[in-house]
Amino acid sequence: MQCDVCKDNVATVHLTEIVNGKITEIHICQACANKKAQEIKSQFSISDLISGLTNLNSMSKKDILVCKICGLSYEEFKKIGKFGCGDCYAAFNEEVKYLLRKIHGSSQYKGKFPKMKMSADFSLPSRLKELRKYLDRAISLEEYEEAARIRDEIRVIELEINKQSESK
Amino acid sequence: MKIDEFFSVLRSGEWLRGTGSYSDIVISSRMRLARNIKGFPFSAKISQPQKKEIISKVDSSLNQAKFSKPLFLFLMDDLNDLDRQFLMERHLVSLEHTQDPQGKAIFISKDETISILVNEEDHLRIQVIKSGFDLPLVWDVVNNIDEKMSSALDYCFSPDIGYLTSCPTNVGTGLRASVMVHLPGLIMTKRINRILELIAKLSFTARGLFGEGTQALGNFFQISNQVTLGSSELEIIENLTSIIKQLRSQEEEARADLLLKHKLNLENKIWRSFGILQNARIIDSAETLQHLSLLRLGVDLGIIKGISYDMLNALFIITQPAHLQKLHGKVLSVQMRDALRASILREKLVIT
Repeated sequence: MQCDVCKDNVATVHLTEIVNGKITEIHICQACANKKAQEIKSQFSISDLISGLTNLNSMSKKDILVCKICGLSYEEFKKIGKFGCGDCYAAFNEEVKYLLRKIHGSSQYKGKFPKMKMSADFSLPSRLKELRKYLDRAISLEEYEEAARIRDEIRVIELEINKQSESK
Repeated sequence: MKIDEFFSVLRSGEWLRGTGSYSDIVISSRMRLARNIKGFPFSAKISQPQKKEIISKVDSSLNQAKFSKPLFLFLMDDLNDLDRQFLMERHLVSLEHTQDPQGKAIFISKDETISILVNEEDHLRIQVIKSGFDLPLVWDVVNNIDEKMSSALDYCFSPDIGYLTSCPTNVGTGLRASVMVHLPGLIMTKRINRILELIAKLSFTARGLFGEGTQALGNFFQISNQVTLGSSELEIIENLTSIIKQLRSQEEEARADLLLKHKLNLENKIWRSFGILQNARIIDSAETLQHLSLLRLGVDLGIIKGISYDMLNALFIITQPAHLQKLHGKVLSVQMRDALRASILREKLVIT
């Protein structure tokens, strides 16, 4: 079999690619395969896609956004296509929501929630905020038992916050 | 523990046993959850000491969880290139996990159905793989592991957008559900492209044999969800289930058509493939996959008898480069591998 690219050498490498949901087969020689490998390296990757998407949302002044926790800038995010830490999502909030709608067609989470637990590093007000979201969700899903449990927990935290502010 | 003590090279993992429903067309069902731990930077910004800390946190969370199946830890930088490739050939680690192994780890169950990748693109990639078509069962197992681990680990999570991941394409459920299917009929009848287009329209995607960025070899495809936000885990599973059911009936239809209209041609192809596998003295891995695929079709259709799925599936795995070298006990050149592969095939494909 002849090489599909140079038509000179015998094809020894056989590639099957799925591009846009279509299968294509190519048969090439070792020399052309090496060239092809280089091409693939420089090909479109997920980070290109992301930076392409973010560019659509012209945001020149937003490019100076920086996540205060890990130091990743929005500019850097566009280049690597990956966030530096969980706080980047809040730091780039608006841009992230736009991007997620572009990627997933939605920016609304509908999956499961992790087990709730009180961790020492949670400040009470942020815990309260989170619990209220859990509560809304439980109500919207008509999980009333869960909602009642969360409501009780909210009451405890509210009392705790009141106690703390009185003692100050 | 050493890789060689843990695995039996000739024996494939549970997911390749060829059991379970739809096992003529569906090889395996797999799910992975991407999770990150609060208070640590993601892979792009994490330091080596932080990676170590994560491995030990995960280790203790697993000890606390007390799973019925014990998980064994391997540090990727303790392994050599051959070991790492061996793990990839068994679908236990991703391509990404074998590259730049520093600070990466994997926990594996003895039957190879559970593998937890630590410090890949996300802190945790919890993976469960089973033979045949059973997404609800796989979800039960992976969800149970996730729930147990989450009581010891604080995950990065937002009630609005779900589990936070390194790459925005995984945010939300962090779930990638995929089913490995063997579709020689759809390929031979050239109906595959139309079907892959339809799958893409439903936000599902077809990948090659080893997942992201790999080739579609031997008529095998991994069908998986592309979108992780906006649908719940169960919706993703339901949609994938209905796609696979459709694919299966389309593949069956294609096979029936081939038998009806091109029976002699089909039998000719299958027997020739069998002949090559039984007689070749030198054979590369791509050619092996191609002929094994046709042989599998021959077994599916009852044209070839006396070969078990277990054996066929094992051959798909042990004829890969790292497995051959493990069997032989040392590094082999390409030419030597091609000769060894041919001799193993000849030895195993004797019908008794």
